[in-house]
Amino acid sequence: MPELIHLSAAELAAKLASGEVTSVEATQAHLDRIAAVDGDVHAFLHVSDTALDTAAAIDARRAAGEELGPLAGVPVAIKDVLATKDMPSTSGSKILEGWLPPYDATVVARLRAADLVPLGKTNMDEFAMGSSTEHSAFGPSHNPWDLTRTPGGSGGGSAAAVSAFEAPLALGSDTGGSIRQPAAVTGSVGVKPTYGGVSRYGAIALASSLDQVGPVSRTVLDAGLLHDVISGHDPLDSTSLTDEWPSMADAARRGGTGEALTGLRVGVVRELSGENGGFQAGVKQRFDETVAALTAAGAEVVEVEAPSFEYAVAAYYLILPAEASSNLARMDSVRFGLRVRPDSGPATVERVMSATRDAGFGAEVKRRIILGTYALSAGYYDAYYGSAQKVRTLIQQDFAQAFDKADVLISPAAPTTAFELGSLVDDPLAMYLNDVTTIPANLAGIPGMSIPMGLAPEDGLPTGLQLLAPAHADARLYEVGAAIETMLTDAWGHDLLSQAPLLKEAVK
Amino acid sequence: MAKDKLLDFDKAIELYEPVLGFEVHVELNTKTKMFCGCANAFGQGANTNTCPTCLGLPGGLPQVNEKAIESSIRLGLALGCEIAENCRFARKQYFYPDLAKNFQTSQYDEPIAFDGELTLELASGREITVQIERAHMEEDAGKLTHVGGATGRIQGAEYSLVDFNRGGVPLVEIVTKIIEGAEADAPEVGRAYVGAIRDIVRALGVSNARMEEGNIRCDANVSLRPRGSTVLGTRTETKNVNSLRSVERAVRYEIQRQAAILEAGGTITQETRHWHEDTGTTSAGRPKSDADDYRYFPEPDLVPVAPSREWVEELRATLPEPPMARRKRLREAWGFTALEFQDVVNGELLDAVEATVAAGASPADARKWWTGELTRIANARGVAADTLVTPQQVAELSGLIASGELTDRLARQVLEGVIAGEGSPAEVVEKRGLKVVSDDGALIAAIDEALAAQPDVLAKIQDGKVQAAGAVIGAVMKAMKGQADAARVRELILERAGQ
Repeated sequence: MPELIHLSAAELAAKLASGEVTSVEATQAHLDRIAAVDGDVHAFLHVSDTALDTAAAIDARRAAGEELGPLAGVPVAIKDVLATKDMPSTSGSKILEGWLPPYDATVVARLRAADLVPLGKTNMDEFAMGSSTEHSAFGPSHNPWDLTRTPGGSGGGSAAAVSAFEAPLALGSDTGGSIRQPAAVTGSVGVKPTYGGVSRYGAIALASSLDQVGPVSRTVLDAGLLHDVISGHDPLDSTSLTDEWPSMADAARRGGTGEALTGLRVGVVRELSGENGGFQAGVKQRFDETVAALTAAGAEVVEVEAPSFEYAVAAYYLILPAEASSNLARMDSVRFGLRVRPDSGPATVERVMSATRDAGFGAEVKRRIILGTYALSAGYYDAYYGSAQKVRTLIQQDFAQAFDKADVLISPAAPTTAFELGSLVDDPLAMYLNDVTTIPANLAGIPGMSIPMGLAPEDGLPTGLQLLAPAHADARLYEVGAAIETMLTDAWGHDLLSQAPLLKEAVK
Repeated sequence: MAKDKLLDFDKAIELYEPVLGFEVHVELNTKTKMFCGCANAFGQGANTNTCPTCLGLPGGLPQVNEKAIESSIRLGLALGCEIAENCRFARKQYFYPDLAKNFQTSQYDEPIAFDGELTLELASGREITVQIERAHMEEDAGKLTHVGGATGRIQGAEYSLVDFNRGGVPLVEIVTKIIEGAEADAPEVGRAYVGAIRDIVRALGVSNARMEEGNIRCDANVSLRPRGSTVLGTRTETKNVNSLRSVERAVRYEIQRQAAILEAGGTITQETRHWHEDTGTTSAGRPKSDADDYRYFPEPDLVPVAPSREWVEELRATLPEPPMARRKRLREAWGFTALEFQDVVNGELLDAVEATVAAGASPADARKWWTGELTRIANARGVAADTLVTPQQVAELSGLIASGELTDRLARQVLEGVIAGEGSPAEVVEKRGLKVVSDDGALIAAIDEALAAQPDVLAKIQDGKVQAAGAVIGAVMKAMKGQADAARVRELILERAGQ
């Protein structure tokens, strides 16, 4: 029997349901794994000290014959962007160090209601600003495939936790790729749901019109199971959709049979497929092979154009900083969090606010607050924020036309494999371009998924395939994603993550 | 503080034309706040009516209060406004510790209501129509208390406390277009305008509408321009003028102050000004330029508000009679003189009198009680008259007098009992035993006793000097503890004296 930590969430859930394994055993196995490897990986900012109690309570209820949900007793890691009333929630920032929210984010409340076991809070770029987790105020996370490399970002902690077998499931948040890009570079699965599909209440806002909470896992089915737990209308989030969502897990199970690919119209987005350079050769190679395999499997592959995508990164880096500058204004020392008195002079509220924000925010956060404040300034609004919103409309139109020709769109999920720690941290523009493939989905509000696409020949590191579907068609992503996952793992003869280094032995 | 030089008001108007503009904030009386489910209530412990959203905690998100939208639309309609088919909230951004998120969720270029008008009637009978530019929805800020300073202001305070119970309470801000042509009536126009807004929101029932409690707050913009000029002068904005009388005084003061500066060749500074109720003066606040940059942008956490036309028409059908039309109708129906009616209106007793008449009292009696005895008691206690008793109680009291069961004097004692919470007028009469003694037997016994005690008076009466009966009436009334009808006593005295 494989170790408990190597089971998928679906497999573990089955063993929990049958009584073969208890939640306490499963939780303890993951806590042990965290203790063994997280010193090197640094996926977690906080490990729960009540996880075993939670697990024991669930075991007791199961033993008493209570009907429990499909993921009851399965451990889950939670990105630190989400408010948890029993664990500090810092969003990776010093300004919120130690802050214990008086409430749970809606998605966290739903995890608890579904009897998952929160293991801890995962590391992230400060306020989700970054693509490497190096902007965390509490030190970077490391990629389990190569500890000298980043696990991507901003949700590098969640992706690293899942790919290092520290947790079978994790929650992330995706504003411009923060779930999908880390999934791609760690060989895991990550989904950004349709905007409004999952509640943002209690997710510490980066950019309100782009943020979306979603699942991180090692299989498409596992992501679907977690998606089903967290999605659905929340009256506390005004942008929450009222759709009656079909089960994503069911869609993944349907797709797993492989039949979904026959006759499927798959659009290759020219602007996202590296035609214009900027993509690592091995990423491009694996992508081309996947396209060929899809054709061989009976899919109809068409090329689609999305001319407005050229402006996506520029528009994104106006909208995001503008909204972020406003959302972060509340970090002012008055009601919660860090409070720093100025070194000298009177401690007026303005000066304390200023000293606190100076000491509490990292360089990237300050950079984006300055950018956003400027972009919203009188006289510049139309040229910047206003124009960026128009680009957004154009991108939505491009997607609409593309989805006339294709059921799903595909591209590499990230232009490169995991990059070296420190290699881009001083080059913000290069870092920003890392999200070129993922950003359009956020600007259009459509769902996106990243699944493992094989290892790049030149460095042996994971690449990711991005799938995109029209808004509300998340189930289609799961069906097709599971079908491609099956197609690829059948071809490889193994799961990608089974090839990852055995960290436990690497750690003394 | 240096005392401002003021120009004589008439002289100021002779030289300059006043131009006005008002921003009135109306606090809605919804059960919950504008963007969260916290109670919209006061008088509770600091920061008890708060949640992650109105405290601006990380992760908090707003949800629009539908009742507040409804109230805003009804208010907009009552002001003759168009109602937007689609409008958004916007973030007005500035850092201040009473503003939890450091932005106010408000509306910017897409107000829910716009392009209305309101006709005012001045005491002279002159009517003036004020154009309403817009009425938009927004949230209130928290309340700061500055501790340790001498003045309660932030200057000199050791520290400040913030109570966010008020933070997020729904407001409608009503903004006029510039008001020209008010001339010497400008101060009264200010008073009449704010009074009209108050009457409308009260008639709609969308606000508690108590200015003294800050439910309605007025910012008064005043500028002057020399006669013959068409260019607007530099304006000042006097903030938080919170009574009708103060609005009138503040406008007058600013006209006189600005005129004195202009007359001396000076220039007006564009600024906000503080209103000082005690001295009736204004003082400089902060400089205000039209370019204040609040970095407005559409609130991304809220979806647009798109009231259907059907809903708007349903709400239009719920509008009460416009206050001005109502006043005209009631004045005619009641047959009051202009002065009598003005007494009722100025005393804010229109509702009370109307309800009292509806409960069966004559208009004259209703007016007499409310503007007389009840107003006197209310003033002495520093409360509003309509908080003392209900119109039904006044009507009942009035009925007891009309039927002869109470004298005016006894009725005042009954009223005291009602105010003291002893029950309805009939119950107070019963409990206190205040009923007029209409038993002639008891009266005759008292009269005979009084006549016997004053034989000289009896002799005078018998001599035909009937006015001497007054002394006996007094004695009898005293013996009856006032609970007798003096006219009946007089009749009986004359009878017993053999006249």
